[in-house]
Amino acid sequence: MQSLKIKNLECNRNGRTIFTGVSFDVTPGRILLLSGKNGSGKTSLLRILAGFMPPTTGSVVWEDKKFTDKRQRELPSVLYIGHSNPVKLGLTVKENLIFWAKIFGHGTGVDAALDQFGISNHSEVPASYLSEGQRRRLTLARLALDQPISALPSLWLLDEPTWGLDPEAVKTLSNLTIDHVKNQGMAIISTHGSILDKYLASSSDRYSLTENIF
Amino acid sequence: MNYLGLVIIKDVKLALQGVSDTGMTFVFLLLACTLFQFSIGPDQALLMKVGGGVIWVVALLATILSLERLFITDFEDGTLEQYFLSPVSLVFFAIAKAISHWLTTGLLVIISAPLIAVLYNLPSEIFLPLVLSMFIGTPILSLIGTLGAALTLGASRSGVLMPLIILPLYVPVLIFGSLVIYNAMYGHSYNSLLMVLIGLLLITSALAPWATAYALRQAIE
Repeated sequence: MQSLKIKNLECNRNGRTIFTGVSFDVTPGRILLLSGKNGSGKTSLLRILAGFMPPTTGSVVWEDKKFTDKRQRELPSVLYIGHSNPVKLGLTVKENLIFWAKIFGHGTGVDAALDQFGISNHSEVPASYLSEGQRRRLTLARLALDQPISALPSLWLLDEPTWGLDPEAVKTLSNLTIDHVKNQGMAIISTHGSILDKYLASSSDRYSLTENIF
Repeated sequence: MNYLGLVIIKDVKLALQGVSDTGMTFVFLLLACTLFQFSIGPDQALLMKVGGGVIWVVALLATILSLERLFITDFEDGTLEQYFLSPVSLVFFAIAKAISHWLTTGLLVIISAPLIAVLYNLPSEIFLPLVLSMFIGTPILSLIGTLGAALTLGASRSGVLMPLIILPLYVPVLIFGSLVIYNAMYGHSYNSLLMVLIGLLLITSALAPWATAYALRQAIE
């Protein structure tokens, strides 16, 4: 069975070991909830998986192919949402989402995505008018866009996605994540025990980085 | 629409909104030229003699002025990370950034150059070579500047560090750009100088985007 295999990862930053011996598999159709105290390396782990930085040791492979090798076309695509919101304040809400939809080759469905996150009534106003929580909703609306057609499952890497969200938006996010994995997608989500954990409890595995903290 | 066009349109649109870097660049151009004139005095012959050099120095400084924030917003709000993950190479985004910078700064410098030439009492015969040299030279400034902005991204004191890195690289453009104006003013041929500038543009176009993409990759890490 296809799976993303994380083997014995270690991460050192500025001479300090953030985590070591991290190993787990993520299979299509499953969600992995990543937990751990502040500084335990959740963000570093997600950034390594996204390919932003290399691990100190260990490997991330998909069917014997190095997962972060951008030249490999036969790898699942990655959708990463970090702490910051890549929202251009000078563009309208809709223009922001259209821009990312075109860059990542998503299909149509911009209006529906905005509607799902409850910001369609702001679609024509500059993003600078939005509150922090609404900007987070706009960032997450990318998850609701029609995904590019691919034979491979896509991996969502969500770093504390519920920050600034109200319960209604958290519910929308959890529904989208469940739909994504039902379509054989994969998701790794770092959380701090939010209500998202409860919504996803039945369809997720858990991995704690706390035991690895130095 | 291709990726290059998408990013250029977005960046130009953002740059032209409100009191932007573009507006400040224009004000800086006029202020700097006027200040040079005040310091040189009313000697018309001297103004003519230094005019060509002043235009190029001011163009160069105006380019630097707008570079500092070129990647900062994209870096801080996570846009660069998204570019990295997109199906498109970072090289395309580096090219798009350089073109956007040229459209919002270089083009403004080119449009302002004849106006500044009038201020310095330069003869009308030099307008064509001036605009031609600027048209070839300012993209080089944008390409090198984009590389400098990427190299200093995330560094503390990047505003001080960046000019130190890119100013030496601007020297050939400054020399050949100014020489075009002088040669035109004194009736000498300037075609070979324009060819040198074209050569510099080709070399910079071939190398700078790759180096910029590599620097951006390091900044993301």
